[in-house]
Amino acid sequence: MNTLSQKILDGQRISADEALILLEKADIYQLGFLARAVRERLHPTPIVTYIVDRNINYTDICISACKFCAFFKTPEDPAGSLLSFEELGKKIKETKELGGTQILLQGGLHPDKPLSYYVKMVRFIKRFGIHVHGFSPPEIWHFAQISKVSVPHVITRLREAGLDSIPGGGAEILVDRVRKLTSPRKCTAAQWLLVMAAAHEQGLRTTATMMFGHLETVAERIEHLVRLRDLQDRTGGFTAFIPWPFQPNNTALQNVLPTTAMTYLRLLAVSRIFLDNFSNIQASWVTQGPKIAELSLFFGANDFGSTMIEENVVAATGVSYRLSEQEIRRLVEDAGFTPRQRLMDYSLVGQE
Amino acid sequence: MDTMVVKAGLGDILAKVKAKERLSADDAVKLYKTPDILAVGYLANLVREQLNGNAAYFIYNQHINYSNICTNLCKFCAFGKDKSSPSAYEMGVEDVVLKVRERLDEPITEIHMVGGIHPDLPYDYYLELLRGIKSVRPAVHIQAFTCVEIAHLAELAGKSVADTLAELRAAGLGSIPGGGAEVFSPRIRQLTCEKKLSGEGWLEVAKTAHRLGLRSNATMLYGHIETVEERVEHLAMLRNAQDETGGFLAFIPLAFHPKNTELSGLSRTTGLDDLKNIAVSRLFLDNFPHIKAYWVMIGPKLAQVALAFGADDVDGTVKEEVITHMAGADTEQAMARDSLVRMIREAGRTPIERDTLYQVIKAY
Repeated sequence: MNTLSQKILDGQRISADEALILLEKADIYQLGFLARAVRERLHPTPIVTYIVDRNINYTDICISACKFCAFFKTPEDPAGSLLSFEELGKKIKETKELGGTQILLQGGLHPDKPLSYYVKMVRFIKRFGIHVHGFSPPEIWHFAQISKVSVPHVITRLREAGLDSIPGGGAEILVDRVRKLTSPRKCTAAQWLLVMAAAHEQGLRTTATMMFGHLETVAERIEHLVRLRDLQDRTGGFTAFIPWPFQPNNTALQNVLPTTAMTYLRLLAVSRIFLDNFSNIQASWVTQGPKIAELSLFFGANDFGSTMIEENVVAATGVSYRLSEQEIRRLVEDAGFTPRQRLMDYSLVGQE
Repeated sequence: MDTMVVKAGLGDILAKVKAKERLSADDAVKLYKTPDILAVGYLANLVREQLNGNAAYFIYNQHINYSNICTNLCKFCAFGKDKSSPSAYEMGVEDVVLKVRERLDEPITEIHMVGGIHPDLPYDYYLELLRGIKSVRPAVHIQAFTCVEIAHLAELAGKSVADTLAELRAAGLGSIPGGGAEVFSPRIRQLTCEKKLSGEGWLEVAKTAHRLGLRSNATMLYGHIETVEERVEHLAMLRNAQDETGGFLAFIPLAFHPKNTELSGLSRTTGLDDLKNIAVSRLFLDNFPHIKAYWVMIGPKLAQVALAFGADDVDGTVKEEVITHMAGADTEQAMARDSLVRMIREAGRTPIERDTLYQVIKAY
């Protein structure tokens, strides 16, 4: 462990096996200490960033029916809905009035809307003059399937319509054994990575996520990180990594015991150490609450994520933490850092 | 790790901890003011493991709040109500006995019972509560009546605190909870709870109980208007009392919850506040066997993390807790035993179910 610690402190890359050793054996202080060292190397000034944005889910109708999801409705379910452009416009206006700089636009895999529909949606939204961080890889893959075109073509069309960046959702665990068990109808691990590679090639920045704590093994968590690090070596297109624990209530996997805070903090720290080519690691206050989110700043996180003027997906599992911008700033300051609002590309907003 | 502690400016305290030397009040203030929570937690864990190894305790308990009617009406409290308030309640002895009877099929080993300073319930009522509980659940340990309530009961009885305690004990009292300590500083008591028993008075009741062989806990309500120095003063008074009697079992830092109190303009405590109070008390209160992270107040997630920052106890299954929930706590009202066991295990600790006096019932 001492050799491994020294290696990390010297700024060397660690292997998957070493990451697994850290995850399973290192004590919590050591993990925090090492994650902080990596974070300080990448971010010498003690700033913690956050973004003011709103999650807009254009539809909850979804053909994927993932077992870990409490948000979706099947196409047959009359309770499912698709937001009209008018409703989208109203939400965006509200977001702008509240100082929002971005919308995170995601939805279910709708059974029959073609690519042209989403192109129109983006064009409509861009009229409001706001950053559109939209359509996770499973959605992009789905649009390509439904309109029988290539993934790069989908990205080009959306980008030309005004799409600014792509969120890292739908990654869950990038191991097909797990995906077959939990989300067999969703794009595979390779397909998820292919979408991200294509987006990066076209100059779109994206984030990457991991939803863990369901049916995957600890080694598969590391495998997920390996795939992300490899792609980032090739493209450099990821801005941030955002891990969060699966929230089992109201899902088909509700008998899975929820991930505890300690397991979350350990994984967060190992991600910070292992993903040496990712600039930013986000804390997940929406699943962990304000107390653990604040503590995350001592375990490698340098970003507090979004103020989430609206959030529906985690809320569907009955988890209902809310934080205002003011509260986020207070928590960041309490932890000894300077809070700064940022944009999707991590450029800072305004002056301190 | 020692390098990290030295880098945080805590090298001198590390040396004291390793030599098992007592920390000064200045050391405690310095720890409170150190931003590096990992370094403080690491130090607290050294003491925690010296005293309690890898054990993390919990108890299968039941909370009963017999009445919220209170003449003190402290500014930090959302529970206490004037007798005329529409939300005031009081339970008869029969109601309390029924609550106990309803759960006879559960392996409850402790009843934790506290209430307000009621203006006119007679002394006998309290004796009857204890006798009533014991009549349906004879083996249960009753931890009841804070030092503030005990002082009030002695007044009602027109007897000394020692004689009152002896009578309560004969009626079934097993030990005394740590509530009502708040912050001992007269400045804080004057501003937040001027009608309440003084800090000195609180300690006198606790020490009297200890001399009679009754064990008790101690608390501190932090995160309202107290200064760091006032917290340390509070801890120092507890440490001195414990040097005299050795009767305290656990120290429980309590996070102030502002909602529905007269201090509702204040913010809730942060995770860092909570961990600091756990860690500093573990380091400073070297003569207290246990430090409890009360999950009802700080949430199960932070209570779990606290097991690495000095705490060796997470309280218990609780159920029907009213006091913190009236002040806006968003935690559940109960935790199942298997959830407690798992949370402890995932923190890398050994779950130990205990009784009130920290005797092992079962290791998991």
